[in-house]
Amino acid sequence: MIQIALLFALGCFGLAILINLYKIITASGIGDRILALDTLAINAIALITLYGIWMETTIYFEASMIFAMTGFISTVSYTRFILRGDIIE
Amino acid sequence: MIVEILISVFLVISGIFGLVGSVGLVKLPDPMMRLHAPTKATTLGVGGALIGSLLFFYFVVGRFSYHELMITLFLFLTAPITGHFIAKVHIHRHETRDSLPDTGSDRTWATFESDAERIRAEGHEL
Repeated sequence: MIQIALLFALGCFGLAILINLYKIITASGIGDRILALDTLAINAIALITLYGIWMETTIYFEASMIFAMTGFISTVSYTRFILRGDIIE
Repeated sequence: MIVEILISVFLVISGIFGLVGSVGLVKLPDPMMRLHAPTKATTLGVGGALIGSLLFFYFVVGRFSYHELMITLFLFLTAPITGHFIAKVHIHRHETRDSLPDTGSDRTWATFESDAERIRAEGHEL
């Protein structure tokens, strides 16, 4: 039963990542594009976690931790660049 | 058996919420409305997946892994910050001083305040 639920969740997050990629390409403004990239990073974290359950190993949690950190830093630096024209003033 | 049902429920809920967050990103009409779907629904979806993973490794594999708690804490701390910054980008790019409501003080919205105005109001540089 866990296998079926896991397949369902993996399919949902895979579809969500495809929708995010579509949104990154067709976004109307820069804010939408940053938002879609941030959502893509968060969905990738979920996908890595689910893959870790699938493989029954905890080795992928470091990868998702690093993904969470770099996703946050990249979103903040991108928005800072739009707002101030500079990242570290 | 009960644990299996619980883990499956968490995984299914996480998948549904993750998908709803991304569909909302495409379907909602206004940029500020589009901000709602990923910052709330997707965070909940990832939280569900991490709780399911925590239960799975504790009850099925038989060892407690604290990494999920760290990732959940980190995501739940950073999601409001990124949402706030992206909302500021929307205000900066798509609004003007006149289209926003009054702030109720003698200072204007922070996005539209020039460096000279900020230094005059606060009395010091940075």
